[in-house]
Amino acid sequence: MSLLASSLGKKYVMALSGLVLSIFVLGHMVGNLQVFGDPYLINAYGYKLQHLPYGLLWVVRLFLLACVVAHIWAAITLKIQNKKARPQDYEAKATVQASLASRTMIMSGLIILAFLIFHLLHYTVRAVPGHQYNHAIIANDGTEYPAEVPLVLHGKTKVDAYGDPLIVHNVHDMMIAGFSYPLISLFYIIGVYLLCMHLSHGVSSMFQSLGLRNEKWRYRLDKIAMVYGWVTFLGYASIPLGIWFGIVNASV
Amino acid sequence: MKLTLRIWRQDGQNGSGRLVDYKMDDVSPDSSFLEMLDLLNEDLIESGDEPIAFDHDCREGICGMCSLTINGIPHGPERMTTACQLHMRHFSDGETITVEPWRAKPFPVLQDLVVDRSPMDAIQQAGGFISVRTGSAPDGNAIPISKEIADYAMDAAACIGCGACVAACKNASAMLFTAAKSSQLNSLPQGKAEKDRRVLSMVASMDEAGFGNCTNYGECQAVCPKGISLDFIAQMNREYAVASVKQIFGRA
Repeated sequence: MSLLASSLGKKYVMALSGLVLSIFVLGHMVGNLQVFGDPYLINAYGYKLQHLPYGLLWVVRLFLLACVVAHIWAAITLKIQNKKARPQDYEAKATVQASLASRTMIMSGLIILAFLIFHLLHYTVRAVPGHQYNHAIIANDGTEYPAEVPLVLHGKTKVDAYGDPLIVHNVHDMMIAGFSYPLISLFYIIGVYLLCMHLSHGVSSMFQSLGLRNEKWRYRLDKIAMVYGWVTFLGYASIPLGIWFGIVNASV
Repeated sequence: MKLTLRIWRQDGQNGSGRLVDYKMDDVSPDSSFLEMLDLLNEDLIESGDEPIAFDHDCREGICGMCSLTINGIPHGPERMTTACQLHMRHFSDGETITVEPWRAKPFPVLQDLVVDRSPMDAIQQAGGFISVRTGSAPDGNAIPISKEIADYAMDAAACIGCGACVAACKNASAMLFTAAKSSQLNSLPQGKAEKDRRVLSMVASMDEAGFGNCTNYGECQAVCPKGISLDFIAQMNREYAVASVKQIFGRA
């Protein structure tokens, strides 16, 4: 494919995979903010995602993984080319207008990757030692919550087609237990901060890379990207902070 | 004005270069940067030293020959000003000024501050032309072109091909130059017939020369002495995407 070999082709890969991932970031945030509501909300949401028909969960997961791989492949290939294009740097270095976010994309990106791997091991695979959350959910202070709970809304237990109570994974309490560790919460907040800084440059850049931008929209898109970055940061950071300040409490 | 100049001296393309300090005691604030270098060269010749080689021609800011990176910024600290139009009053008495050549792999240093910019000629030759005769000057009005389009194409045509965009870009990308040259012709009816072929060939030539990739820093636009905007890069990205898709279907 000559398109993928070209510099612009790789930028399109960057932009399109970035578009998918940044929409996921917003959707994931909205989904997780349900932790502030009745425990039923996020537990039912988790149950629905886990039981999507036609194996859609894995379709979406593999699609997102493909986007992550494509995004990183394009980023690293482009970065190597960029380094080669200036074998000798200036003695006097100056930056006229490039933002900090734009100059640290590869660094923020790689730290986000490390964060992403931990995050998946922590809450999806549940394989971080001491954070398995499969049989029981144990918080920082030793409190133990059941890993699976019946789904209860307004005091009424939901039942399945056979009339048996619907047993779901206790997502709500798992989040509370997970964020009861200050170091984990701190790592999480730093991770989402870098992610949102990455987005503040990336979201406007993807329109530029695809050529969907003109004089009128140039400043608007820069503003939209900045707002996107801050909204997602505040949204995500509010979860560990809400748990830390006791706004969100365990259900069981 | 008293000045200390730290100037890149390099003997030939394969010579090893280094910054050499020169003291100047009586620089007029009204002299241009190049006139100041002329005076320094006269002193060097008088004392039997090799004068500093630097590119210059019109000294009116329209030929695109001068190519000095002054304190890390191509063409120096003044916006929309070539180095030849930069006056010493913009510097302070006693200041140390670092002067380096354009730094990019496709621009090898030939001598001191002179670099070979022929890869930009190659990009221009790859598609920056119209293949058929489109009439002589009086025929210009035979094809009606709206004021907006004429002005827009003129803004792109303002590019003097100095290469400051490449020099300023942290990736040594030639996107702003290539975009200005392709957008100028692609926006006009005379150039539209070869639009797809033009953008594909010019980008291919740009990639082949080993320039870096655009990461939307905006440094190029900030230093461009002719104020060429990033919007032209967006246009080129868009046109390249469309041309690539057409090419896949054999219609470019």
